[in-house]
Amino acid sequence: MCVTCGCSSDEGTVKFIGRNGKSSHHTHAHHFHTHDHGKHHHDHDKDHDHFHDHNHDHNHVHGREINLEKEILLKNDLLAERNRGYFDAKNIFAINMVSSPGSGKTSILERTIADLKNEISFSVIEGDQQTTNDADRIAAHNIPVLQINTGKGCHLDSEMISTAVKELAPKDGSIVVIENVGNLVCPSMFDLGENKRVVIISVTEGEDKPIKYPDMFYGSQICLINKIDLLPYLKFDVEKLKNYARTVNPTIEIFEVSATSGEGMDKWYSFLRSSLIK
Amino acid sequence: MHELSIATSIIKSAEVELIENKAESIKEIFLEIGKLSGVEIASLTFVWELAAKGTALENSKVNIHEPEGFARCGECSTEYHLEKIFDVCPNCKSPFKEILKGKELKIIKLIID
Repeated sequence: MCVTCGCSSDEGTVKFIGRNGKSSHHTHAHHFHTHDHGKHHHDHDKDHDHFHDHNHDHNHVHGREINLEKEILLKNDLLAERNRGYFDAKNIFAINMVSSPGSGKTSILERTIADLKNEISFSVIEGDQQTTNDADRIAAHNIPVLQINTGKGCHLDSEMISTAVKELAPKDGSIVVIENVGNLVCPSMFDLGENKRVVIISVTEGEDKPIKYPDMFYGSQICLINKIDLLPYLKFDVEKLKNYARTVNPTIEIFEVSATSGEGMDKWYSFLRSSLIK
Repeated sequence: MHELSIATSIIKSAEVELIENKAESIKEIFLEIGKLSGVEIASLTFVWELAAKGTALENSKVNIHEPEGFARCGECSTEYHLEKIFDVCPNCKSPFKEILKGKELKIIKLIID
């Protein structure tokens, strides 16, 4: 599954939900997980002098020093840059949507697709631990969509996106939306190669979420405040939320929207249109 | 629990080095994990044993250096200590900053045998 993750082998299956909504599970015996775990342990075949060695080693721990200065997430970051290059070459605008579960990522996406699909081509990569429910919702709009079930994994990584994008083969000049696993912590560390990271927070959450989970807001360029149609019924101070978000990330661009009523969605659409033209 | 991913990633990188250097074992590993890196050292330590089991790092000593956060103000250039990523400049209260230290996530070196 993951370049970096330690999940067990059968949990990172990629399922492809076709345009007609039928799931045609190409059960790729995905190389996601098949980095042969066996090899690690068994490089014994050289010479079996373990015990011999051990006896010598105690106490004078010379050892050889290997200076690495290597980024721990280097592999993920390199592959993310490759994804970014692929998107660039095809004039694709790729966004990575992140939020807590239940902020309305899928609803915003459904509304956006329904309203813009006649003028912009979309393809979608859905990340969840289990089920194809979100991909099914998107497939109902006749949009190419892939579901990645991460199993126990808590985030998507750039290798999953690289594989998914090859499968999806998005059109030149289109928008690729990656809906990350609902989690405000882990996905912040993993660059997927997106052009913009979009963090979503709904007004039914706390205003202080940006400072409770600052890494996610620090690493995002766009913030969508969702469910603003509910504001009359809630004690929620939008300005306070915006101040917190801007304290963490003073350059973050904020849109106030409601996927249900459609309020504020126009500005978000203008942003998407102008991002494609660039 | 991305710390498990981080641990696994560290172990894989180290094992590649072990093979490339035709070494038998990794005695020590030195990591640099900044206080603003997003990795909880306690969580990493917690999953390390599990992740390292059966690998070349099972018995290795793990040394972790945790650089403190430092930033330079984007407006008045004051350099200041960053406890939290959203701390503002103590001089001019600006939130604009360049983070100089604290985001490190690196394998510094290995001692192999």
